[in-house]
Order: sequence, then structure tokens, then C-alpha cells
Amino acid sequence: MRNFYVAYNKRYMEALTNRAKQVERKPMSLLERAYLPAIFKGMAITFGHMFKKRPTINYPEVTRPFSPVFRGLHILNRDEEGRENCTACGLCAVACPAEAITMEAAERKPGEENLYREEKYAAKYEINMLRCIFCGLCEEACPKDAIYLSETFAPANFQRKGFIYGKEDLLIPNPVTEPEAYAKAKGGRVQIK
Amino acid sequence: MLLSIELSLILEKLILIIVVVMSSLVIAMYATFAERKVAAIMQDRRGPNRAGPFGLLQPVADGLKLFFKEEIIPNLSSKFLFILGPCLAMLTAMMTGAVIPWGDKVHFFDRDISLQIADINIGILYVFGVVSMGVYGIMIGSWASNNKFSLMGGLRAASQIISYELAMGIALIALLMSTGTLSLKEIVVQQQEHWYSWNIIKQPLGFLIFLICAFAECNRTPFDLPEAENELIGGYHTEYSSMKLGFFLFAEYINMFLSSAVMVSLFFGGYDIPFLNDAAFADKIGVNWIALIHTFVFLFKAAAFLFLFMWVRWTIPRFRYDQLMNLGWKVLIPLALINMLVTGAFILYFGK
Repeated sequence: MRNFYVAYNKRYMEALTNRAKQVERKPMSLLERAYLPAIFKGMAITFGHMFKKRPTINYPEVTRPFSPVFRGLHILNRDEEGRENCTACGLCAVACPAEAITMEAAERKPGEENLYREEKYAAKYEINMLRCIFCGLCEEACPKDAIYLSETFAPANFQRKGFIYGKEDLLIPNPVTEPEAYAKAKGGRVQIK
Repeated sequence: MLLSIELSLILEKLILIIVVVMSSLVIAMYATFAERKVAAIMQDRRGPNRAGPFGLLQPVADGLKLFFKEEIIPNLSSKFLFILGPCLAMLTAMMTGAVIPWGDKVHFFDRDISLQIADINIGILYVFGVVSMGVYGIMIGSWASNNKFSLMGGLRAASQIISYELAMGIALIALLMSTGTLSLKEIVVQQQEHWYSWNIIKQPLGFLIFLICAFAECNRTPFDLPEAENELIGGYHTEYSSMKLGFFLFAEYINMFLSSAVMVSLFFGGYDIPFLNDAAFADKIGVNWIALIHTFVFLFKAAAFLFLFMWVRWTIPRFRYDQLMNLGWKVLIPLALINMLVTGAFILYFGK
């Protein structure tokens, strides 16, 4: 019967690759039937694995380095005097393919020059991180260097509303008042012109 | 006067029993941890490392979890036997420790205290009796569950242990013929003379058979058919929950530790320190210190065996049931018989 299948396969089932191996069904030799050599061989393999490098990274203590082009959570940028760059022009919202960005513009009042760089600013700026696909088009669309994608990702949350990030979540710390936090948030990639 | 001696003897034995029971519980506890760690390392993983430093508190967390789980006794089970099962498993697992010589003796309060709970002259027979009783826990528990998978597991355990006990016993007869005694203490003392007087040198085949049978008796891979989780759900402990399940799982590790201890004392010189004249060394540093070192050496050897148990578990897949029976009846028993005959002929011919 086996010969029939072999012939059948040869005739009708063209093999896709030449990797197929005919199974040998010879009766086992005495050494093979004793099992022990095979068992020792297997045990040598498992023992060898004890000294192999383990690929696991101890996550909370050690983090995997991100690639330099990683696109993570957004950051709303400030200039070196700590003023917000964003002018609420809405180009990022237009560019966004997932329609994750909403904003409301407002006019800068006299006396607020230290807060906002230009006459118009975003009073409300929200990104829905559940909609966002982290494509980075907002970053490319922004004419004011106001929005950047950072090297972190959104942490888990129990509620949907926790994923709607407002200005207070997105704004980078003020470089004048809290320079360390600013440097940390800036990471290695955000440049200010 | 008579009464005072009796009292101190009882006290001494009581303390010894408590120490042995507690330490074998702790060792079994950490054997579960070691098992998970060894499994992880052999599979290039890291294993439990969150609870405490290096995950050392993991067994405590596991135990607490088992204690706090809901205790379920199935409606249609026979309740008394259902509870008796894990109790018996645990009890018989602990009982073996009574005859194992953990060390020579210590000297406290002008008394020589032997580090063996009971030096009975039929030590090996006792071990055998207790080990074969171990399957009762599994059988009773599985039958009382009123679950076909449990029953299958129990049946498998019973027939497996009966089959392998034969080979184990015959392998031991050869050993007993060469040692001429049934007392474990005596056997250990005999092995202390030279490094080559260990019984593994005299009875390598007997040791191999004994080792394989010990794996089968402990229901360890490749002989873990009674609890084959991918065929029988959980085997004999399918219906068990909470600490009763814990008892079953724990009994397996205690069995492992104590059968390691039995193998060490039968074949690997017990507490003997290799390449060292123990008696002369004892004169140099005192009885108590040598007892301490002896116990540590003994535990070290037992730990090596525990590692072997785990190593084999994470290497070899489970036997099919007919393969298991073939190996037991058609290979191990004839081999053990031949081993016995050869040993007997050797002793007759050389008259030693």
C-alpha cells in the first residue's frame, strides 16, 4: 500500500519544494530501542539551553530602546521662552486621516504674550488616542513646529475618556520653569527652531 | 529513672520528627519554585521573578492562593473519601522520611542523638510499603470524585505503580544481596569505607532500573500519565480545588524529594563525603560539626537528584500507555531479573 502512495504522489502530486523527506520506517536497531542514547542526547540539548542567552527583557525595570523613527504619543511644543507654538491653524486636524484631532482657537489677550507665541492660540486641543493611528502626518503638516510624536506610547486605561488627551496631557513642560522635565520630555528627537 | 529516660527519648524523637517534616515541607515548597525556574531556564525564559528577591517568595504566594480559593466538593462525590484521598497522599508522602538517615548522630546534653527518626532493621521494606500505599491516596481521591477522567487517571496510576513496583523490588533484591542488610543506616555505613564502595559502582544496572521506577512511582514525566493534562484534563485531581488540590500537587514534590533521599542513601553513599575518611575527619572537628556537614552533603546529593527529576521532565515527552506497559513488563522486569541472577552468581562464585 505504501508503494502505491509513493507512486501516486510521484505521479499526481508534484512537490512544491524538494524539501520533502521520505519517512524511514526501518525497524529500530538495538541501540535505538534502548532509548537511553536518544534520551541522553535530548538531555544534553536541554542542558545546553541553560547557558543560552535569554531574549526576554525585564520590562518595567529595563525597556527596549525605540528606533529613532518611532512614532509615539504626541507632544505640543513650546519655544525656548516657554511659549506655546500652536496657533490653532487646524492643518494637523485636516491632515489627520483618522480624524483624531479637535481644537478650538482663541485670540491672545494683552498680557498673555509670555504664554503664547503668536496672536492666536489653541484654547482646546484634544487628540483621541483610540482613533489615532500614529502615522505622524500631523507632525508633517504643522507649519509652526508645534506638534511632535514622542518616544512613549499611551498607557492602558480603564475608560474611553481616559484616552482623550487634552492640552494638559499633551503640552511639553515649560523649559523655563521646569527645565529637567522639559529635557526629559524632549527626549533625543524634538528640536526647537 | 526509667520514666525520665523514656520522656527524653520521646522528646528527642518528637523534635526530630518535627524538624524532618517541616524541612521536607519547605524543601518541597521550594522544589515547586525550582521546578518553575528550571523549566524556564531550559526553555530560555526567566521564570518567576516578581515575588520577592529573585521570585523567592513565589511558593508562599502560590500556597496563599491555594488556601484562599473556593473549596468545592462535587455533589455526587462520596465526601468522606473525597477528603481522605489528598490526606492519604500527603500522609504517605511524609511517612517515608522516618527511616532515612539524614546524618550520623549529634551529641547534645550528654546524649548521642541519631539523626534518623527510626532505625528499623527492615527500613527498605518500610519504604516499599509506604510507597505502595501512596497510590491509595490517588486511587481513593480519583474514585471518590465521580468523574470519568479522574477515574481514568486513578486507574492509570494504580496499574502503573503496580507494574513498576515489581521491577523496583527486584532491582532492590540484587542490592540487598550485595549489602546483606535491610537497614538503611547499615547500608549507608557500609558505603562509607571507600569512594568506590558506593553501591552505584556495584549495582549500576540496578540503580538505573530503580531510577526509572522511581520516576514512575512519583508520577513524573515521562510517566505522568495519571495526570496527563491534555488527555484527562487533570487526571486524578480534575475535581479537586483549593488546598486539597494543593495537597496532591505538594505530595508529588515531597515524594520526589524523599525518593531522591532514598536513592541517595541506597546508591550514593547517603551522607558520606566522597574522597574523605569521615571517621578521621570527625575526630578532628567534632561530632556535631561533622553531622552538620553530613546533612548538608546529603541534602546536596538529594538536590542533585531533584534537579535530575526536573531536567528529565522538561526533556522527555510522555509515554503512550502501551509503551509504558511494554517498558515496565517486557524490558525492566527481565532486566531486573537478569541483574539479580548475575549478582547472585557473582556472590556465589566469589563468595563475598
